[in-house]
Amino acid sequence: MHPAIVFAIAGLFAWLNQAPPPPPPKPEVKVEAPKPQPDRVVLLPDADGNAGAVVLRAGAGPEQVVDKAYLGAEITREGAVTVSPQDPADVQARYGALLSARPAAPASYMVYFQSGANALTPESRAVFDELKAELARRPVPEVQVIGHTDRVGRLEANDELSRRRADAVRDILVAAGVPRGQIETSGRGEREPLVPTADEVAEPRNRRVEISVR
Amino acid sequence: MGVSQRRWIVAAALLAAAATATNAWAADAAGEAGMVKTSRGSVTIERQGAQLAAAPGFKVLSSDRVRTGADSAVGITLRDNTSLTAGANTVLTLDRYAFNPTTHEGAMQTSLQKGSLAVISGKLPKASPDTVRFQTSSVTLGVRGTSFIIESAGE
Repeated sequence: MHPAIVFAIAGLFAWLNQAPPPPPPKPEVKVEAPKPQPDRVVLLPDADGNAGAVVLRAGAGPEQVVDKAYLGAEITREGAVTVSPQDPADVQARYGALLSARPAAPASYMVYFQSGANALTPESRAVFDELKAELARRPVPEVQVIGHTDRVGRLEANDELSRRRADAVRDILVAAGVPRGQIETSGRGEREPLVPTADEVAEPRNRRVEISVR
Repeated sequence: MGVSQRRWIVAAALLAAAATATNAWAADAAGEAGMVKTSRGSVTIERQGAQLAAAPGFKVLSSDRVRTGADSAVGITLRDNTSLTAGANTVLTLDRYAFNPTTHEGAMQTSLQKGSLAVISGKLPKASPDTVRFQTSSVTLGVRGTSFIIESAGE
């Protein structure tokens, strides 16, 4: 036999006698828990197109302010906060169903009073038709009647006067067919003037009642 | 004037003050926080161990817990005009709510255990910004206004 063939056969035997190579390491099937999703916050534009602000506190980190429309934040379990602008289309895609369930925004109407009295100015009566139409559009309406005064008189006296004005408007609404149970009255007194004035200044535009429908 | 007469006058004054208290205050005393305005799919309110179906018109109280199912949502308007809308698979607790319609003072503390919540803030944060809080397991939000969304995967 040709020595080359002997070598080849010997080599073949040696190769066959070799311990089989260790199997390749199995690819590890990773069964670790899915990475927890971060919490998310996104600021939306207000009805007037501006944006407010929210302040985030997470973990031991510093406060972070989110104060532009469509600015978003992701917050991990560990308290790491990443703030970044979001695409409005993505926000709509992710939260469209949520946003479509929002209640109708409150609607507000204003009626005005003659000085020191709880009698309405004549033109204020026209508001009531509009108001009733709005009530009819809402499935479960509530009416807030909020009285205001100008700054003539003491704070406490104006609280009382503003409540009487609210009650007077409630009575008009009830007479117009709005169920009494839907109406809540309150008085803000002189705390929320439409037109800011010094104390004891008579200002007809502040002697008013706001009727808020929600 | 004798002491007892003065006491009678004080008592009468207190009664008169109580009589002028508006129904708004009565609502506050009952812990009334707001009303369900929109509802889709499965929406329940947990109150003192009871599970109540929350259709539009349902009155929400302070410390109620709101739970929604898949493809569900609920919109609630609170007494200060804050609007809370919970999306699908959400658990939301109104831990504390108080609102004084005369002074606009009060507090609102809400925790989102999981799911999504769209908020349009009302009168409370304008008068009492530091008393309005939204919380998840990872983050606390203070509110300066007005419209925002929070989403939490939960624990």
